Amino acid sequence: MTALNRKLLRDVYHLRGQLIAAAMVVMCGVASFVTMRSAYNSLLTTQQTYYNEYRFADIFTNVKRAPEGLTEQIRQIPGVASLNTRIVVGVTLDVPGLNEPATGLMVSMPERRQPVLNDLFIREGRYFEPGRNDEILVSEAFATANNLQVGVKIGAVINGAWQEFTIVGIALSPEYVYEIGSAAMLPDNRRFGVLWTNRETLAGAFDMRGAFNDLSITLAHGADEAEVIAQVDERLKPYGGIGAYGRKDQTSHVFLTSELQQLQTSGTAVPIIFLGVAAFLLHIVLSRLVRTQRDQVAVLKAFGYSNISIGLHYLGMALVAVVVGGIVGVLLGMWAGSAMTEVYAQFYRFPLIRYVAGAGSLSVAVLISGGSALIGAISAVRSAIKLPPAEAMRPEAPARFKPGLIERIGFQKLLSTSSRMILRSLERNPMKALLSTFGIALSVAILIVGRYSADAIDVLTNFQFEGAQREDATVVFTNPRPSRARYDLLSLPGVLYAEPFRAVPATLSFGHRSKRVGISGVEPGGELRRIMDMDGKVQDVPITGMMVTRQLGEAVGAMPGDTVRVEILEGNQKVRKIVVSRFIEEFVGLNAYVDAGELQNILEEGGSISGAYLRIDQKMEDEFNEAVKKTPAISGATFRRAALNSFNETVAQSQNISRIVMIFFACVIAIGVLYNSARISLSERGRELASLRVLGFRKGEVTFYLLGEQAVLTLLALPLGYGLGWLMLLGLVKGFESDLFRFPLVMSAKTIAFATLVTLGAALISGFLVRRRIFQLDLIEVLKTRE
Amino acid sequence: MNSEEAINQSTPVFSVRDVSKVYQMGEVEVRALQDVDLDLYEGELSVILGASGSGKSTLLNILGGLDTPTTGTVRYRDHTLHDADDSELTRFRREHVGFVFQFYNLIPSLTARENVRLVTDVAVNPMDAAEALAMVGLQERIDHFPAQLSGGEQQRVAIARAIAKRPDVLLCDEPTGALDFKTGVLVLEVLERVNRELGTTTAVITHNSSIADMADRVIRMRSGKIVEVEHNETKASPAELEW
Repeated sequence: MTALNRKLLRDVYHLRGQLIAAAMVVMCGVASFVTMRSAYNSLLTTQQTYYNEYRFADIFTNVKRAPEGLTEQIRQIPGVASLNTRIVVGVTLDVPGLNEPATGLMVSMPERRQPVLNDLFIREGRYFEPGRNDEILVSEAFATANNLQVGVKIGAVINGAWQEFTIVGIALSPEYVYEIGSAAMLPDNRRFGVLWTNRETLAGAFDMRGAFNDLSITLAHGADEAEVIAQVDERLKPYGGIGAYGRKDQTSHVFLTSELQQLQTSGTAVPIIFLGVAAFLLHIVLSRLVRTQRDQVAVLKAFGYSNISIGLHYLGMALVAVVVGGIVGVLLGMWAGSAMTEVYAQFYRFPLIRYVAGAGSLSVAVLISGGSALIGAISAVRSAIKLPPAEAMRPEAPARFKPGLIERIGFQKLLSTSSRMILRSLERNPMKALLSTFGIALSVAILIVGRYSADAIDVLTNFQFEGAQREDATVVFTNPRPSRARYDLLSLPGVLYAEPFRAVPATLSFGHRSKRVGISGVEPGGELRRIMDMDGKVQDVPITGMMVTRQLGEAVGAMPGDTVRVEILEGNQKVRKIVVSRFIEEFVGLNAYVDAGELQNILEEGGSISGAYLRIDQKMEDEFNEAVKKTPAISGATFRRAALNSFNETVAQSQNISRIVMIFFACVIAIGVLYNSARISLSERGRELASLRVLGFRKGEVTFYLLGEQAVLTLLALPLGYGLGWLMLLGLVKGFESDLFRFPLVMSAKTIAFATLVTLGAALISGFLVRRRIFQLDLIEVLKTRE
Repeated sequence: MNSEEAINQSTPVFSVRDVSKVYQMGEVEVRALQDVDLDLYEGELSVILGASGSGKSTLLNILGGLDTPTTGTVRYRDHTLHDADDSELTRFRREHVGFVFQFYNLIPSLTARENVRLVTDVAVNPMDAAEALAMVGLQERIDHFPAQLSGGEQQRVAIARAIAKRPDVLLCDEPTGALDFKTGVLVLEVLERVNRELGTTTAVITHNSSIADMADRVIRMRSGKIVEVEHNETKASPAELEW
């Protein structure tokens, strides 16, 4: 080994504390990158494999009732590769162990098992036997949530008639990777499930023999999706077709895609922040190291070492931190990535989630961490190279001190000598102080980002479950009913108040862009449901025209004042031109609102309702539930409290895991920055501090001098960190924004307090570690060496 | 022909003409050298004598390729140093020059042997590190770190480091400046021996006029100028010096 490399090793050992701190930050950056990238890769690969192997369709559509013979015509449409017809109906379920009724989506499957589109993966049990119309397969999410085993019997109201089924299998379908009821925003696997049964069973019950009401199509390679959709719609229109849609509008697919997008965003943003901090730390460590070793640089130069070898020598130091941090980070990231992928398995139902770390992402991780080290080291290394040898040989000129601003103002009498030394040293080198402050502020900001998801979930649940949604239960009718049905609901046991609503599916188009949405008719002055914008302000729906979410407006390219084409996907499918009167900023989804009266005009009907929001006497809940289960006209009921609980159990819990990881990383950064900052200031001040001790200063006073400066920097960094955190959140919220969701920009007092406390704690720990070193200063040794 | 004449008749190793050096030290401009002319000859041991601030260190730095003059020319054999760029100077230092500094400038994280190897690693035809350390009488202390060595020992390591590459010239900046008398003499004996045995052209700068007696030639400087150049008829051995 060359002597220079030996020096490198010994210097690395000597600086181990600071390099470990930097390496840990690199580790966090690489780990967060690998975690999220690998989870992203795994989820994406799993999704693609699943879609392919189980033939997830490309186009989906519903009709009222179309004859089976029509399929030949549709098959002839250029671009259609294959198709499958089904009968899909909503039913009310009586689930053992569940008081309230659950909503089921019953999907027909062929009598005998054969490859079909949106095919089933059977996790447990078996396919139903031909001719048995009391056998059923249930979705895994629903079965798990309700603890349903193979062999259990489950009751269903099929087209008004009670029927009992036996569960013979537990299955998964690519169509319901994310299993969520229509119009629900959050999954509630206890109260919504998908069930598959013999086609004959449903055909008999719903008068669908020789007919179908659901069609799935896969496209030939290179087919034009929009063109096929248009042609399919034309063929199905006479039979009550309500418009075909592609994967981009398929609920499960949309949620999954949105999740992937979020993963991609955080998988980019978070590591950038971490590695930025790592680069920054390495920069500080190295540039100060170079400064304390300027005489050694001079000697190397005097003996003919080239700039390149000196540059590589100091770069080597950064590389040690990066390589160590990178390797540990990759391993940690792969571990956390597979754990995170496991968590996804709770929400997204796949036959098998395959964890793929992806050689690509691993090499990118190595590259970006190496790159960040290079960026961090480069200016320090350049300054080492640039030192002219003769100049480097001389000790640095003594720093020029002058009375600082505070002293010039005349406050010096209030300050002790130590305080004055602290102030002057800060004012003398404002750039250095600024850099340290910035480093600490970054860690404050990361702590804030780390705790963001908790704040966001608080705001969202508060918004949704306290502000907008105030009913106890929502019931939906199988078909729209006349408005007097409201009084029927009031006669159900326990119902105190009913607020009816009308909602219709529609295709909203502007220019050549269109979106499928639900249009809600809103009664002015609603008690139980209120339309609220993101700031929590209740928004009144305009008397004329339509209020749409900004996302919807932007999705079709329409601005307030524009007239959009609205095709109602119900009944006789009227087409209307409606003015977008204004936008509303909402957290969730592509929504359109019109006044209830206006909706009646649009539909040309005399007040029908789709369902109602109910206030229920809690003491009579059981009776209410029983009654609903037996009311054929009601296709499903959802309960606010249950939805909230289910949300807290699943989404909030999964967020906890990633939050703990983020916060751990953020703490590492806080300690890394603060410890480094204190250590460096100790190494720069060693002689000065020893001199003070020789002059008779007590250890405590010397400690105060050194740590006082750190304290001032930390306090200055806090507000700066809040600001930086806010900016990072702004970027994150923008990055997360999708058609489905927007996240609130929020930074709670709790979060600020948390970031502040962790930072102060890290500062105290670093101070304590450094104080031990001050106590160990060898006075004689320090004074003996040359300046 | 005596040795002194031989020196004078050979072509100079270093040839310095009209050299001036101006430093910007913070807000003040320092004229460290003014119109200096100087030749140094093969195998010669010269002492450059001057008080602090006389410009002797600057002159040495320019000779060693650590610094370049503001004006004037500096030649080393067939190299011109005054207009050399950084990489040329680096090569010059690597191939031809050994330095000894007042404060030793050892790398604290390397042992005596490793400090020497730092130089032999990049030299063309170096001696073994142990051999170089033996020449300065430190074979016993070869694996000690600088912090475990006395000042004199550290300076001898520095000399070993400088000579290990068999340099053509050895430039010493106040080599005894930080040492007590006895140790200083010991260090000077080593320098003298290297000059005698290896024939290395050696320049020693010092403010200690007693050391001048061991030189072939004494160059006195004051305020950035050479005020006197003197040949010693008889060189004293370091043991005979006193201060």
